[in-house]
Amino acid sequence: MGTTNDPFVTFTDVQKTYDGETLVVKNLNLSIEHGEFLTLLGPSGSGKTTTLMMLAGFEVPTHGRIEMGGAEINNLAPHKRNIGMVFQNYALFPHMTVEENLAFPLQVRKLAKDEIAKKVQRALEMVQMPQLAKRRPAQLSGGQQQRVALARALVFDPKLVLMDEPLGALDKQLREHMQIEIKHIHERLGVTVVYVTHDQSEALTMSDRVAVFNDGIIQQLAKPSDLYERPENSFVAQFIGENNRLSGKVASVNGKSCGVTIADFGLVNAIPVGVQSVGSPTTLSLRPERVRINPDSGAYANQFDAEVQELIYLGDHTRCRVSVLGNSNFIIKVANAEGIPSLSPGEKVRVGWKSEDCRALDAY
Amino acid sequence: MAAVDVPGILTIDGVPLKAKLARADRTRKLRALGLVLPLFAFILLTFLIPLAVMTFKSVKNDETFGRLDRTKEALADWDQQTIPGEAAFAALAQDLQDAQKMRQAGEIAKRVNYEFAGAQSKFKAIARKVEKMQAGPYKEVFVATDKVWSDIRLWRIIHSASQRFTSYYWLSALDLREGADGIERAPADQAVFVDVYGRTFWIGGIVTILTLILGFPVAYLLATQPVHRASILMIFVMLPFWTSLLVRTTAWFVLLRTEGPLNDLAELIVGMRFDMIFTRFGTILAMTHIQLPFTLLPIYSVMKTIPPSHIRAARSLGAGPFHAFWRVYYPQTVPGIAAGCLLTFILSLGYYITPALVGGPRDQMVSYYISYYMNNVINFGQASALGATLLIITMVLYWLYNRLVGIDNMKLG
Repeated sequence: MGTTNDPFVTFTDVQKTYDGETLVVKNLNLSIEHGEFLTLLGPSGSGKTTTLMMLAGFEVPTHGRIEMGGAEINNLAPHKRNIGMVFQNYALFPHMTVEENLAFPLQVRKLAKDEIAKKVQRALEMVQMPQLAKRRPAQLSGGQQQRVALARALVFDPKLVLMDEPLGALDKQLREHMQIEIKHIHERLGVTVVYVTHDQSEALTMSDRVAVFNDGIIQQLAKPSDLYERPENSFVAQFIGENNRLSGKVASVNGKSCGVTIADFGLVNAIPVGVQSVGSPTTLSLRPERVRINPDSGAYANQFDAEVQELIYLGDHTRCRVSVLGNSNFIIKVANAEGIPSLSPGEKVRVGWKSEDCRALDAY
Repeated sequence: MAAVDVPGILTIDGVPLKAKLARADRTRKLRALGLVLPLFAFILLTFLIPLAVMTFKSVKNDETFGRLDRTKEALADWDQQTIPGEAAFAALAQDLQDAQKMRQAGEIAKRVNYEFAGAQSKFKAIARKVEKMQAGPYKEVFVATDKVWSDIRLWRIIHSASQRFTSYYWLSALDLREGADGIERAPADQAVFVDVYGRTFWIGGIVTILTLILGFPVAYLLATQPVHRASILMIFVMLPFWTSLLVRTTAWFVLLRTEGPLNDLAELIVGMRFDMIFTRFGTILAMTHIQLPFTLLPIYSVMKTIPPSHIRAARSLGAGPFHAFWRVYYPQTVPGIAAGCLLTFILSLGYYITPALVGGPRDQMVSYYISYYMNNVINFGQASALGATLLIITMVLYWLYNRLVGIDNMKLG
């Protein structure tokens, strides 16, 4: 066993292929800390589920090392890993009652009867459903099944719990409620959680860190706020949250700032993140809420003429689609606050943003 | 509830709501009935009515009732302990004279012969003799012709055969008979049927168990393979299923022969030939092959519905591969196993062609004897009593099975 300063789980140079022709996971290096809530986020086919399955022991890495608590577990059978797992469709055993489902991992571990009863009771209370112990899974609602699956993955006190899109089958309201509940359980138990999802808001809500997967590679591994505020490449910028993209060429790079020319339209000041040299193509990333309409002249380094194309009223804010710098899909979120002028489609306006809010990323 | 209490709600055009509803429902019910009717009529005509008629034959004395009426009357007050008097002999003689004229004496003789071995020839002889007699005393002539006519047992049988109904066939199907002191066991040389039933259920049970042992792993393989591979494997399972039973049985007949390919192979490998044709081994082998898909398919279709994540969940919760299978996978396949085994067992009970072709005389099942009595002996009463007994035992087993497993839990696909 390593000390608590060592990472709990490490992936070293892990590769995985199913057919010997294409790599589903390409050179994965990842450390998971004790007690961390780590989310693997990505579109389907990005390798996140395969990564989870390798950790659970259902897939064997084609190359590389997976360690847990300092020991290699590449070829350790799943039932010897002591990892709790919540499956996408819960995988509750339909021929057993809720109670029996929860007792299963404890019976397998040959615990004494009274101890099993105690732990099952505690797990049921944790998910607030002790009154449903005698029910069968088919008699439970989706949300209740989800709780049972969660309780079952935790009842044997594993150090690590894996969750494979556990909330995918629930409706929006219940999903948001369960996100908070899982988060609280994680905080209370201090268990390490590896969570797979393709829902970015879920990832941002729950995680300590998020690993954004695409094409078998971790695109960025960071805290949720960093992921949103400081995306390191165009994929992450586009995948996390709403994003305005402007394609251009680097005109100048000067330490912490750079100039990017948008062909025929003008020069934008930005911070260089993924640009190499003058003349290389780049994509500018800009969050819609960081753009101001009709700012005081000189308030922002970037100010341009724009035309309002469309307005969508959304209560707390209005989505305003404008065309600026040749991009007619440029979205601006206008908060529903005092002193905001009313706009109408076709109106000519000025829009502006800080150069710190505009990141020059790879060309994508 | 409230709607029932309120009398006569009317529709907009003034018709009572209930009448309108009944009218609307009537067309629906008639249409449903119309859909069911052709099949129902077909089953009624080709299955239920013949079944009832045939079953009824097993309790009736068709061959003798109404043809021995004088004898029946003369024996009405008979004590069944002593040889009947002249009146009974005279009555029988007259009945036989009539029967001889109508050419029915042979049937009567055959019927009595079922219960009294050798009676057929005695009856025919005496019938010829009394045909020419105008007056008695008959008793002396009868007894002089053959001393069998002074056997009280024969007279008892004649008496019971003259009645409309008989319990003979049913008792006989259970190796019982009516003796002097009520029902008794049939003598050992006539008691065959209990043995035949035992054999039938034994073979059915063995075949069911073998198909389960062989079919379950294949069903599992089919259910867990990717679709394109599973469908190819499925063809291998289904191909024999689509071939006629008779063709496959004949194929086994060829394979199992002493000079057949299996024995050629055995000769090559171990240097000797085995008796496989006309044996219990051959019968069970062929039946297992034929029944395999019936057991396999319901199990397969149930396995298809079990998500693979269940096994994974069990594994992740700490169960080894066998434990995960036994505690999580297997219990979910029970409805399929129940359905498949019940189907195979019940079908096996009715096997006729296969044991007849590849089995020996000691491997014949109930159906063979039913056929034997129908076609060879022309004893419909015995055939239908055997058939009905099999039907009843099967239904009792089905009921028992339902109590134990529950038909609601059963899935045929």
